[in-house]
Amino acid sequence: MMWQRIFALAIKEFQALLRDPKARFVVIGPPIIQLVVFSFAATFDLNHIPLAIYNQDGGQAAQSLVARFTGSQHFEIAARLTHEDEIKNVIDQREALMVLHIGPRFEQDLDSGKPTTVQLIIDGRNSNTAAIALGYASSIVADFNAQWQQTHHLAAPPSVIVSRAWFNPNLISRWFIVPGVVGILMLVVVMVVTALSVAREREQGTFDQLLVTPLRPVEILIGKATPGFVIGMIEGGVTIFLAVHLFGVPFEGHIGTLFVGLGLFLMSAIGVGLMISALATTLQQAVLGVFLFLVHAIILSGFATPIANMPPIVQDLTLINPMRYLMIILRGVFLEGSSFDSLIDEFWPLAIIGLVTLAFAGWLFRHRMN
Amino acid sequence: MTPQSADDQTLAIIADGIHKSFGKPPRRTEAVVDVSLRVVPGQVTGLIGPDGAGKTTLMRLIAGLLTPDSGTLTVLGLDAVADPLTVQASIGYMPQHFGLYEDLTVQENLNLYADLQGLPPDQRAARFAQLLHMTGLAPFTARLAGRLSGGMKQKLGLACTLVRPPRLLLLDEPTVGVDPVSRRELWAIVYQLVADEGMSVLLSTAYLDEAERCKEVILLHEGRVLGKGTPAEFTAHLTGRVYGASRPATIRRHLQAELQKQSVVRDAIIDGDLVRVLLDENAQPPELPGVTWQPLQPRFEDAFVLQLRERESQQHRKNQEHQESKESAVAALPTTPKNAPVKNREDIIIVSDLTRRFGTFIAVDAISFSVQRGEIFGLLGANGAGKSTTFRMLCGLLLPSAGKLSVAGVDLRTAAAKARARIGYMSQKFALYEVLSVRQNLIFFAKAYGLNRQRRAARIDWALAEFGLTNYSDTSCGLLPLGFKQRLAMACALMHEPDILFLDEPTSGVDPIERRAFWQRINQLADQGVTIMITTHFMDEAEYCDRLVIMSQGDILAAGSPKDVRAQAKSPEQPNPNMEDAFIALISTPNAPKAPRPSQ
Amino acid sequence: MNTKARNTTAQNTPDTALARGGAGRRLFGLIRKETLQILRDPSSIAIAFLMPVVLLLIFGYGVSLNAKHIPIALVADAPDSQTAALFGAFDQSTYFSPKTAPNLPTAERWMLNRTVDAIVHLPSDFSAKLSNTANQAPVQIIVNGVDANQARLTQAYIQAAWQGWLSARATAAGHSADQPVQVASRIWFNPELRSRDYLVPGLIAVIMTLIGALLTALVMAREWERGTLEALMVTPVHLNELLLGKLIPYFVLGMGGMALSVSMAIWLFNVPFLGSPWILILTSAIFLLTALGMGLFISIVAKNQFVASLIAIITTFLPAFMLSGFIFDIGSMPGWLQNLTYIVSARYFIVILHTLFLAGDVNGVIWPNTLAMLAIAAFFLGASRRKIRKSLE
Repeated sequence: MMWQRIFALAIKEFQALLRDPKARFVVIGPPIIQLVVFSFAATFDLNHIPLAIYNQDGGQAAQSLVARFTGSQHFEIAARLTHEDEIKNVIDQREALMVLHIGPRFEQDLDSGKPTTVQLIIDGRNSNTAAIALGYASSIVADFNAQWQQTHHLAAPPSVIVSRAWFNPNLISRWFIVPGVVGILMLVVVMVVTALSVAREREQGTFDQLLVTPLRPVEILIGKATPGFVIGMIEGGVTIFLAVHLFGVPFEGHIGTLFVGLGLFLMSAIGVGLMISALATTLQQAVLGVFLFLVHAIILSGFATPIANMPPIVQDLTLINPMRYLMIILRGVFLEGSSFDSLIDEFWPLAIIGLVTLAFAGWLFRHRMN
Repeated sequence: MTPQSADDQTLAIIADGIHKSFGKPPRRTEAVVDVSLRVVPGQVTGLIGPDGAGKTTLMRLIAGLLTPDSGTLTVLGLDAVADPLTVQASIGYMPQHFGLYEDLTVQENLNLYADLQGLPPDQRAARFAQLLHMTGLAPFTARLAGRLSGGMKQKLGLACTLVRPPRLLLLDEPTVGVDPVSRRELWAIVYQLVADEGMSVLLSTAYLDEAERCKEVILLHEGRVLGKGTPAEFTAHLTGRVYGASRPATIRRHLQAELQKQSVVRDAIIDGDLVRVLLDENAQPPELPGVTWQPLQPRFEDAFVLQLRERESQQHRKNQEHQESKESAVAALPTTPKNAPVKNREDIIIVSDLTRRFGTFIAVDAISFSVQRGEIFGLLGANGAGKSTTFRMLCGLLLPSAGKLSVAGVDLRTAAAKARARIGYMSQKFALYEVLSVRQNLIFFAKAYGLNRQRRAARIDWALAEFGLTNYSDTSCGLLPLGFKQRLAMACALMHEPDILFLDEPTSGVDPIERRAFWQRINQLADQGVTIMITTHFMDEAEYCDRLVIMSQGDILAAGSPKDVRAQAKSPEQPNPNMEDAFIALISTPNAPKAPRPSQ
Repeated sequence: MNTKARNTTAQNTPDTALARGGAGRRLFGLIRKETLQILRDPSSIAIAFLMPVVLLLIFGYGVSLNAKHIPIALVADAPDSQTAALFGAFDQSTYFSPKTAPNLPTAERWMLNRTVDAIVHLPSDFSAKLSNTANQAPVQIIVNGVDANQARLTQAYIQAAWQGWLSARATAAGHSADQPVQVASRIWFNPELRSRDYLVPGLIAVIMTLIGALLTALVMAREWERGTLEALMVTPVHLNELLLGKLIPYFVLGMGGMALSVSMAIWLFNVPFLGSPWILILTSAIFLLTALGMGLFISIVAKNQFVASLIAIITTFLPAFMLSGFIFDIGSMPGWLQNLTYIVSARYFIVILHTLFLAGDVNGVIWPNTLAMLAIAAFFLGASRRKIRKSLE
């Protein structure tokens, strides 16, 4: 009996979503578009950084250093300067992000075995790109040095760094971003589907109709949660497939582990969604509630900026954000091949958040009828 | 017919062959079909028709807010199609839901419209004073529009429309959702405008009794003009065909059912202590034992119902199948009387000292009443009287602040799911899942009430047949005409054959034919022992109730049978009041609190 | 179109001419009405003032790309004074919170548990090779590459610590450890690379896009829904007055939110402001017009608050966040996507804000971007004007 009623409600929810062209579009359209657009947009790897060269030395060594820059996919020559005064202009006007200044005594110094200096002037308005660009430039110069030492039989430094990156040997930031986008899209869709469902029924007056049927609040809760869960799972599955096959993100872990994580995450996201839904008296409020939650959940998830960089109090705040755990699970299973056991510490907080929010939503259904 | 002598130049509105349709071909709906009409200036012309007849579309066309697909439209001598802006500058138009800015005060709303309509500042004080006096809003200028009662909102809307006196006033259903007192006041204002300012008024309404207040009436149905003339012209041919029947020993609704079966009876409704009967042309009242007949004055509603019935039988010839469904809609309920008519009338709903407060506002103030099994019990009152609040508490949708209530022996709010399966609930505005089809709605409610597979199939077949919904079973119910929505909402509430049926304003906006079919069903259900609790603001419908209470400002003003209630309002001026008169009299008795209350 | 023709005929008639005379009064009436509504409904004020404060606080404090105290594991297979000297360099750095692991498998387990982000491993022959000039002593670094950006930063920080150790060692031995070519970098405008200095101005653009669009997206749709527009339409009000009557109050409100955000940036987050306040006001006003215009356009098309707010959120926030160059560099996106960013007005405003805050009045940057915003504002306002009709069809 009880399951029949829940099942009936869940079927009805699906019909309501899929028969309405507008709702259908909201569920299907934006997620796919956004996955593609954002996965291409969201990368910290810089390409074609506009570089201005101010080469006062025309010699061979200087040329070969410049060639190393032009040969790199990261840089692109935007201007060749002939005068010192031009530096300010190219940077100010944002024609170049970086100026490589090779002094007139570059080759002379090198040949005489004296350390020489090249200047890099960088536009620091975007501190992140500046830091990354500087990193690229430094490693190009380091390579140049190593080769110079080798070809000129100079003494190498007593120590050398051998660097290795686990899970993402070439440090491709898309591998990091795309699983995050999968999580964001799931969150957005699930929130829209669940948080707006009760508010919409309230506005249309059907929620009263529902409350006078023998359906108990817990049954309404489960019935309302089901479509979000199923749609979230399907959408998660599709976007994961696209992440692997369209964006070439490696998938090292077990799909089962990932879906356990997704399931727990969906439970907590649905809980939050239904809670917003139960608190809102109008659709308007529900939309604003969803929006406010989404913004904070995404910002404080570690999606784009690491949680470790946040001040301690904000870090503590992220502990109640289900997205935080999902990000770790997604990246763990995708890239690190994390096992079920190693993710246990992410699973149980999700389960707790889910249970608490669902229970609270259920309580609200019953006690917020006015 | 209209005075043909009137020069076309002086007419307020001239429409010729207006067509207007909405939507794209597969779902194209014809809202207005080949409408031609003339509106004479300096009088009130009524545009009468049921919901969905095309009244609003026609109004919007005249106001220049819509462009007709074809036809010509001249308003105040101007071409409304080519030059809507100039037309708008000289007319006043009050849409059905007049968009008052609810978070602005009465005075601020008036100021806005004075600015927009370019009323010179030096004329404002005088005009505002006049309008506020006329609408009785003078004491409330500082009140937010959203905190006014329904009737006051309408009056404020009218005042805003009238800030600069227009030559032509278009009023789209100004009296919908307004209590009888406010309705009379609105009409008084309209008459005054015509008399004092010589304004031409075109007013649409779904209340058929209001037709008789118009100088001339245009009858609109399914987008077409069915007739036009003075109210008297409409009813003239009915003289001698309308009778009131009574038989003291029988309850009126049984007599009504009996009379409806007579071949010469076109229409039978309960009207006061009598059953009002409309007979075939040249027919004599049928001989029935114990029934006494008295001739009655024909009313506009009689003419209207007759017109629609005749139209239907014409269509019947064209469309056999459709008629079948209509016919069955009025046929007897085939279900076996689950609860045989009970003799021992126990109280099934008991309410004592029920109170509900919203903050400091007391919506329902310690009311008490009880309802017996198999009774039709009415809850009447103006908007904001507290009837919806009472209703929601009974259904367990709202927690009472104080007092006790029990429905079938339990409090539905805390009752087990099983107890809730005994009640059916039809909410205001026919809350249905609009994007779901008719069948999907029925299936959902059947399952929600836990019907098993066979019973579900049987009940769905029953509902589709009984309510004439077979042809619509795969239509999204948002696209249904209002009457069919009402039928579907009722079918959903009846899927599980409840013992008690709660109906919250089940007939608002529904045409008179549908209302008749609806009441017939209700009567049959009551005879089967189903208890029916109903709210309505149609005072004539109160006559169908076995007993009723009239609520005002959270209080019960009167209780008892319709006859008792009417008797309570008897006075030297009104020796034989109808329910509406009674209602108005009761509300305005000195001991009733006078100040209009804000709506919740 | 048809409407246009109708409007021209209307203008010739005396009645409309009369209506024109009252244009100022009507506009004033609409503005007063809108202002009263804003004052009575706390939600608009909350959107305009509370939201920027909350978002700026969360972003400003919560989001940082500057890593500090990166947890790393230090492993020496054969610990001695040499290895201790190198590890000392890590202990002193504020970038790391190092933790010594007894052996490599332990450190690797820490890495798998995500308790450390990197391992610095010195093999058993480290000290031996270090003393022997024929060999280079290898320092093995393993970073967790999941977050590629952070991994790169971590590598760079480790390298810097190692470099410091190397030169300290060389100086102690009395010779130079300099590389043949050294990099002297000068980072202009933000020498310490404080990420907050660039995030906060960008955030203002993102937040104001959102607020501008949300404020107006809802107001027009609300009038549709409540039926107030139908009543307004039959008055002599002109459509331009209707649009201006909406735009002006929300513009003022938006500028207030803007002023609040800028004040927070300057006085709370201590972001330097080098440009001219007048240029800031001018460009903010134009930017706000693009956001309000977009919101207005959405609400005219949607005619329903629910759909309008969904569209506003989908088409403003995420693009302003992802496609504006706020966090992700536009130059590194594929070409088709770069073209798409040209319609995101935040992209222009972010550049202007970064320049005004950190670099000053650079005309060559400010004016082209201002022109682009003007074009977008003109497009949305023009489209709104075309789309809105005095008709219910």
